[in-house]
Amino acid sequence: MGASRRWLPVEGRSGAAGLEKRWCAYAREKPQKFEYTWPDLAVTGKCLTLAKCAGCEAAQKQGGIAESPPLAGRIFISMLLEEKAMKITGAQAVVESLRREGVDIIFGYPGGAVIPIYDAMYQAEFRHILTRHEQAAAHAAHGYARSTGKTGVCIATSGPGATNLVTGLATAYMDSVPVVAITGQVATGLLGRDSFQEADITGITMPVTKHNYLVKRVTDLPAIIKEAFYIAGTGRPGPVLIDIPKDVTTSLLDYYYPDQVILPGYKPVYEGNARQIKAAAALIQEAKKPVIYAGGGVIISGAEKELLLLAEKLQAPVTTTLMALDAFPGDHPLSLRMLGMHGTAYANFAVTEADLIIAVGARFDDRVTGRVETFAPQAKIVQIDIDPAEIGKNVAVDLPIVGDLKRVLSELVPLLAPQEHEAWLEQIAEWKRRYPLTYEEQEQGISPQMVVETLSELTRGEAIICTEVGQNQMWAAQFYCFKKPRSFITSGGLGTMGFGFPAAVGVQIANPDRPVVDIAGDGSLQMNIQELATVAAYRLPVKILLLNNGYLGMVRQWQEIFCEKRYAATILQNPDFCKLAEAYGVKALAVEKPEEVRTKLEEALAYTGPVLIDCRVNPEENVMPMVPPNAAIYDMLGVEK
Amino acid sequence: MKHTLAILVMNNPGVMARIAGLYSRRGYNISSIAVGETEDPRISRITLVVEAEDETELEQIAKQLYKLIDVIKLSDITKDKAVERELALIKVHCHPANRSEILQIVDIFRAKIVDVSQEGVIIEVTGDTDKIQAILDLLRPFGLREIARTGKVALVRSAAGR
Repeated sequence: MGASRRWLPVEGRSGAAGLEKRWCAYAREKPQKFEYTWPDLAVTGKCLTLAKCAGCEAAQKQGGIAESPPLAGRIFISMLLEEKAMKITGAQAVVESLRREGVDIIFGYPGGAVIPIYDAMYQAEFRHILTRHEQAAAHAAHGYARSTGKTGVCIATSGPGATNLVTGLATAYMDSVPVVAITGQVATGLLGRDSFQEADITGITMPVTKHNYLVKRVTDLPAIIKEAFYIAGTGRPGPVLIDIPKDVTTSLLDYYYPDQVILPGYKPVYEGNARQIKAAAALIQEAKKPVIYAGGGVIISGAEKELLLLAEKLQAPVTTTLMALDAFPGDHPLSLRMLGMHGTAYANFAVTEADLIIAVGARFDDRVTGRVETFAPQAKIVQIDIDPAEIGKNVAVDLPIVGDLKRVLSELVPLLAPQEHEAWLEQIAEWKRRYPLTYEEQEQGISPQMVVETLSELTRGEAIICTEVGQNQMWAAQFYCFKKPRSFITSGGLGTMGFGFPAAVGVQIANPDRPVVDIAGDGSLQMNIQELATVAAYRLPVKILLLNNGYLGMVRQWQEIFCEKRYAATILQNPDFCKLAEAYGVKALAVEKPEEVRTKLEEALAYTGPVLIDCRVNPEENVMPMVPPNAAIYDMLGVEK
Repeated sequence: MKHTLAILVMNNPGVMARIAGLYSRRGYNISSIAVGETEDPRISRITLVVEAEDETELEQIAKQLYKLIDVIKLSDITKDKAVERELALIKVHCHPANRSEILQIVDIFRAKIVDVSQEGVIIEVTGDTDKIQAILDLLRPFGLREIARTGKVALVRSAAGR
């Protein structure tokens, strides 16, 4: 900093509401010129404006600015910019707009086309986390968003930087996660000429983003950023990409940040249709064997309480998708845990026998339904979803309600009379007794399920769990008992290997005081293992619980069952993960015997920095139960009827 | 079955790519597409003729289209009373011997000859899909050299006309 500070003389006055007004009233009485540096405000915790200007100091003493100086500083600069329509560069406009959207952190990786944006961030002391791969930045923004409900932001340069984000965007798109990605682009004059590091990223990401933009004029930039955040975070959330050519970031504009968006084609429906809600209530009252099928929408909408109320009032069992394991307490008597391909036998039986399915924020994914004609054959289906396109997409629905779950459920629940379903719950209890989720305890060797169970116990179900994809993910889903929402961050829709670890980086940044554990497999972890450098550099106390079996376990399981154990390309020759972690400056613990599991996990959880726990588990352990592909979900391997 | 969808979209760059991409990605079939600005230059009107197996598929197509941020309004006007037109330019072989016969056909269809040369003529015809097909069938024996057809455009008749 220092020499690069820009000092701009500005007159301070404005007329907005709240805090601004009080401070402005003071300024109007004593008009004077202030000097301040706009990039220095807000982030550092010290507001130079307030320190330097007599007017501000007086206002602060009078209690005119109630908030902490950083916030006051932010308000101050906002109002100045609006008043004076100040000339700033596109890059500065990006940073200022992010700030106005309440963004306090950005994950990214620099490169040629984004140097001006990085320069503006640097001068503004905007908090930036340097990952070691752009894909990791996208996953980290995803983890940040999922664990907080806020929009995550990532940035990458043009060409390869941008294409490296694609997997992360597709992952966020499939799981409806609000992420805004900013990419640099070659200068407008070079567009379409196969210039160095040029890629048509808006074209590439069209099918994996909720919307995307190529900013061709600097004057469009503020409105586009406003729209991007609005689109990403509202309705059914999703990723939005903003591609900004380099010359746009260096051009000057009269900065004005709009407070409204104009999107005639985008009007998410939040209120459920009252008549449909009444009809649903009537249908629900008639049911003898209802099952609530909850999906990720419960978390997104923040409707966990309403879901619990619904379940308890109806005395209806609740099964959740992978995306909603943390939406309903795993130890609740009405919990059926997960359904589908690796769901519990009792959840799959209950769905099959049910006479009513209440689908809340779930989308009847093929991993849930199995062969779709055999799914819930006797049930009427009520589906509540904010996205009209999800209604009846995979399964015909008897009664759809389009709207925000929290609102719809809080209108629906009071319409229902409390119910008892004793016979039905007794039947379910019987299934639970006969077909519990279980595994064989090994005398020698470590059962991966036991490792996850132990972790669940030691963290009392209160850690935030990220996972990679494959067996590790399924064991985490089956044997970790979640108690709080936004605690399970996993790539459900896209099934992105290499997701968990970088996601954990974002989660830990957003939740510095909560334990964050990435349950990993040795295959997936190596897809983004370079992030060991990130956790080491920022001292993020992420714990990597590596269930190391030397295989691409899930594919190996399929090969064992469906290909007569022909293990094509699934045997891994692995590095020494402990040495590798240590090389990055990350503490490592090797676990080789079952009796070490508890003590080593305790040691890792108690440690204040990042730890990799290399747990050598039984190499040929399978995830059971398992519904073979395209079978009915009541026909499970590993369940003796 | 074929359906005619009338779609109003924001006239933003890439909007056609979004719609075409959606179709290829989800495996829907477009029979024809016609686009042009409306009375408001910020808005374009797309007339899309799509092939859908059943109501469920059509509903999905409509909902997925409607999910695009740039799509403002969408209506299935297949069953509405609408004026539907296509335009075709047809280049036909033509000798002095059969010219009068061709001219007769042109006349019957209220089409126009817009270019004449030694080897042939270019005929301009507008009408609904059936009419265009009919004139093409009649002209085929003379030797069709080239054809350029627009997609279908359509407007629902105003309420008074119903």
